[in-house]
Amino acid sequence: MTITRRNFLRAAAGGTAAAAACATLAPSPAEARDNKALPDNALGMLYDSTLCIGCKACMSGCKTANNLPPEDNVGEKLWDTPLELSGKTYTVIKIYQNGTMEHKDKAENGFAHIKRQCLHCVDPSCVSACPVSAMTKDAKTGVVGYNKDACIGCRYCVAACPFGVPQFQYDTPTPQIAKCQMCKHLLVDGKIPACAQQCPTGATIFGTYPQLSAEIDRRKAMKAGEPNLFPRRTPDSGDTHERAAAEYVDHVYGQKDAGGTQVRYLSGVPFDKLALPVGLPERAYAADSETLQHTLYGGLILPGVALAGLVAAAWHGSKDHHDDDDLHDDRHGGHNHG
Amino acid sequence: MVNHPIPSEVASRLQKAKAKHTALGGSLWSPFTLVLGVFIAIAMFFLAQRFIYGLGAVTNINNGYPWGIWVVWDVVIATGFACGGYAMALVVYILNKGEYHHLVRPALTASLFGYSLGGLSVLIDLGRYWNFWHILWPGYAQPGSVMFEVAACISLYIVVLWIEFSPTFLEHLRKRDLKGKLNKVMFVFIGLGVLLPTMHQSSLGSLLVVFGYQIHPLWQTPLLPLLFLLTAVCMGFAIVIVEATVAAVGFKRDIHEELPLLSKIGKIIMGILVAYLIIRIGDLIWRGAIFQVFTSGIKSVMFVIEMATFAYPVVVLSSPANRRRLSKLLAASLSMLTGAVLYRIDAFLVAYDTGPGWHYFPSAPEMLVTIGVIAIEVLAYIVFVRKFPILPGHSTTAAAE
Repeated sequence: MTITRRNFLRAAAGGTAAAAACATLAPSPAEARDNKALPDNALGMLYDSTLCIGCKACMSGCKTANNLPPEDNVGEKLWDTPLELSGKTYTVIKIYQNGTMEHKDKAENGFAHIKRQCLHCVDPSCVSACPVSAMTKDAKTGVVGYNKDACIGCRYCVAACPFGVPQFQYDTPTPQIAKCQMCKHLLVDGKIPACAQQCPTGATIFGTYPQLSAEIDRRKAMKAGEPNLFPRRTPDSGDTHERAAAEYVDHVYGQKDAGGTQVRYLSGVPFDKLALPVGLPERAYAADSETLQHTLYGGLILPGVALAGLVAAAWHGSKDHHDDDDLHDDRHGGHNHG
Repeated sequence: MVNHPIPSEVASRLQKAKAKHTALGGSLWSPFTLVLGVFIAIAMFFLAQRFIYGLGAVTNINNGYPWGIWVVWDVVIATGFACGGYAMALVVYILNKGEYHHLVRPALTASLFGYSLGGLSVLIDLGRYWNFWHILWPGYAQPGSVMFEVAACISLYIVVLWIEFSPTFLEHLRKRDLKGKLNKVMFVFIGLGVLLPTMHQSSLGSLLVVFGYQIHPLWQTPLLPLLFLLTAVCMGFAIVIVEATVAAVGFKRDIHEELPLLSKIGKIIMGILVAYLIIRIGDLIWRGAIFQVFTSGIKSVMFVIEMATFAYPVVVLSSPANRRRLSKLLAASLSMLTGAVLYRIDAFLVAYDTGPGWHYFPSAPEMLVTIGVIAIEVLAYIVFVRKFPILPGHSTTAAAE
């Protein structure tokens, strides 16, 4: 092929397009987005599995406070019997059982409770996934809230959440996403979340993130078997009860898992026994996903460059190959069709 | 190759029209179109239930598998099948290979319906479909979401496809002035028509990145967008071969003149698939996930089947003799499409594990709705190629030019 001006331009345009296309697809770590930071006035909760007696008062309080219907999964229709989070249930107490179940908070021949609810991630996947800002993270408190009036019901949040928390309602033509919003409607009245309010043993307590961090440190420093005071409702409520400290596993769930969560768990049995995902990276999945998106589409720079290249190439291409049979006669010569 | 005789009605049209594209004409009523109509009616029945009682009344999706075949097939896979227009535009207008020119319009037609119906079936699946406009509305739209990127690009691309296709209508309506004006600016839409599928077909893979550990390591990789894009382009080329064959058999047309081009497309498919396999396997080795190929139960089995269906076309198409035979081209294309379909099903459903106790297999009504959507697509394609100048006419015009 002889190098004419036209051939050169055509090759140049094609090259630009190809380069732009490659650039569009090659993620560079240069613009990596870090995990989001904990908000200044972050609120949180602490669930201590070793204090939980499985009375489910928290579940009952949650249903009342959030106006949720009971559900029946055992066919008795006598009382509310959710087995997992669902479109009607924001929190549920589950149990780990092993062997003879003699020892509370032991993995061997023991049992332990776990409270399922939204962990209010520091850098939530659901908020990153939501295409219509229906899932939001409060800039001050860090509470992950949901706005049904914005939601399109795509269920990307349901699929994305690493903890399987958001629940879609499949049994209604006007479905919503059901999930714990830390009773934000009670918080504005100066109240605390219903589950923490109802818990008789202080297994679930509500407070600021730093307050709860101090309480976690205090409990981890306790000697197993020795009597200690445990607060109910909030760390500073003054309403305490004395109890022998349990032996905790060396893992505060939610401290760093998947970028950290504002609801944290203490337990006497390893968390994988409590059906929670363990071994999650400290880097939030939302940070991975948004880094990829920002690298490819940040400022629409790469798509813009690619489009310029493609339009230029298409302009050169379409001069030769009109999708227009009627205009053949009007065209200049020198073209051919293969 | 069997040289099908050209039906007289087609032959007469060919002689009349100088245009390279011709409407096939003929009756729209046939046993086949009636069967399509029945499937569409069945789908409508179940869709009515879905809108009256909710998604659970018709589908088996649940909170462990919130996305079923209405997402994975109707959108993710169907838009992949609809990449023919994208692939041909890439070759003809961007890489400037004019010889494929008359394959563009039939490919574009299939893309038009694939994407338009893919876009519409999103509404079926959205729980709060009446809010769908939020996704493109400032104040609601959330650009950090991969879903936003997919939705925005697919919506725009559907508009671009209709604009790209509109010369065919204008030809039919004999609006030559308007058609001439539109053609002068068409290169802008052609550019967009290549950029937008590049963006959203890759983003369909990116959707899974935020799922993190919930996607098995054999499929979870930062290269998901590249792998989805390569297979989508490849699906586009493969569907052009399948479509040409089906149109030839179904409408009793001669495919002889198209064969040399189809064999070149076969070569392109082979090239892309080789690149895909190198990147896919290289990535598994790089991440150390390759050892899980043999230790992951059903996921391993699905992975091996998937890779085999990608490897088979490479083997077949590597022989120039095979590339000249329509049967081999077709077999390779169908295998490639199977691989791409499996890759998407595997990545979105088989590799997805959100914890113990969750299962998903589509219900019969759920599948019948998907079949109905496909039936609408096929029926629309038949109506269009019979009524509008879409398929290459094989007149002597091209040779005489």
